[in-house]
Amino acid sequence: MGASINEIQDSLIEEFALFEDWTDKYEYLIDLGKKLPVMPEEFKTEENVIKGCQSRVWLHASFVDGKVVFEADSEAVIVKGLISMLICVLSNQTPSAILTADLYFIDAIGMSQHLAQTRSNGLLSMVKQMKNYALAFSAKV
Amino acid sequence: MVTPFNIAAIREDFPILDQQVNGKPLIYFDNAATTQKPKAVLEALNHYYSFDNANIHRGIHALAERATAAYELTRKKIASFINAASTEQVIITSGTTGSINLVAQSFGRAFIEKGDQIIVSNLEHHSNIVPWQLIAQEKGASIKVIPVSDQGELDIEAFKGLLNDRVKLIAVNHVSNAIGTINPIEEIITLAHQVGAKVLIDGAQSVAHFEIDVQALDIDFLAFSAHKLFGPTGVGVLYGKKELLEAMPPYQGGGEMIKEVSFAGTTYNELPYKFEAGTPNIADVIAFGASFDYVASLPKNAIWEQEKDLLDYATTKLQAVEGLRIVGQAQYKIAVISFIIDGIHPQDIGVLLDQYGIAIRTGHHCAQPLMQRFDIVGTCRASFAFYNTREEIDAFVIALQKVVNMLA
Repeated sequence: MGASINEIQDSLIEEFALFEDWTDKYEYLIDLGKKLPVMPEEFKTEENVIKGCQSRVWLHASFVDGKVVFEADSEAVIVKGLISMLICVLSNQTPSAILTADLYFIDAIGMSQHLAQTRSNGLLSMVKQMKNYALAFSAKV
Repeated sequence: MVTPFNIAAIREDFPILDQQVNGKPLIYFDNAATTQKPKAVLEALNHYYSFDNANIHRGIHALAERATAAYELTRKKIASFINAASTEQVIITSGTTGSINLVAQSFGRAFIEKGDQIIVSNLEHHSNIVPWQLIAQEKGASIKVIPVSDQGELDIEAFKGLLNDRVKLIAVNHVSNAIGTINPIEEIITLAHQVGAKVLIDGAQSVAHFEIDVQALDIDFLAFSAHKLFGPTGVGVLYGKKELLEAMPPYQGGGEMIKEVSFAGTTYNELPYKFEAGTPNIADVIAFGASFDYVASLPKNAIWEQEKDLLDYATTKLQAVEGLRIVGQAQYKIAVISFIIDGIHPQDIGVLLDQYGIAIRTGHHCAQPLMQRFDIVGTCRASFAFYNTREEIDAFVIALQKVVNMLA
């Protein structure tokens, strides 16, 4: 049994609390972005793309042993860092846990501005799309 | 370098500049998106709502008369600013986009036929492409495109090759919003008129930087926005030659634009009101009038000289940033620098510069065909105004280098 969505969120918040200034925070995000496993090219399809005004995000989901597994990628590394955290929080969770998840960590780590920029980076659409996948998979449970 | 005016005093005219963003002094380099507004414009807006607010052109009471007079005074200032022969040739719209759509729908409906051609350039903003695609599709006309060189200049020889008697209209910008190229509109207009085509100039990016004389340039249509000329958002201008505007059918129906309405038939108002249906954006139009007074209060050529200095200074300073390439190196440019940095997505640069209090624009700048031409996803764009300084450019270059180091 893995950690729950809120346990993961709380540990991310704790981690961010250690950073002294914004550069540490962004360096951490950039590092996460660079370490995000490369998404297989066959998943980077038109169907999986979430178009932002400035950069594209790709999201793919599969349903394995009752859990939703997400893979994602972006052209921009800071967005990739944010994606990496969203995957860390929401991937390998059950559809019902994802559907009811309240993603309070984004606000708590001071990154809510990135979610507000819907048109520019597609992150908010990505969260919605993750929930849509969870909804679709919940029908299979 | 001796600035053509007292820069500290100029900056005090723009209260928004004096603030901290993310704990750093704001450096506003997104002037091509929208310019900041001088106190005089803010005060005019406040004054109107405090003392003169009324609907215009119809009321017979004192407030309505004052509001109407102030509104029409802006029209006079616009006419004088672009040297229009008469105020009836100045139509007030919602913005450059509104002005272009007006011409596309009204001129297009009346004068573009199946098999005709409309020429645009590869440098255009989407708002000077899509309205033409819509009318071309409706009418069975086609769109031809003036190509752009590696430097970001229009290929005038190729343009000559596109001209023929089926070309009804050429729509080009005076200045490229994405890369700052100043286009040779005088030559384009002369060539267009030789085949009987009309020319619409998108002046959104030029009017804030240098004078434009519609009569001397023999411009058929000129479109621009108030908010890029130190005025409020939501106001634009369409200038047109009188015989064209008279021949064009109304674009939108409503109040203001009619003479008499009956179910047997409606007659339309005179120019310019024929094209101004409904209650306009009165307050912002009146405040826009203050922009012209403000620009006129500056020493002649001061804006251009200061911006030219900033462009040259920044272009040189940016060479020091490793992997940086300027996209658009036209011989004639306004103070816009579009750049990319090897291996780094523009959005990442923009996000991190914001942490340093620096506002630039990143992305495709609503000019996707131009980005496709250069085979890039977008650029970072720093666009300067006369209230910017060399010191801000120094701070910008230092911050940019730090950002690149973080992302590399």
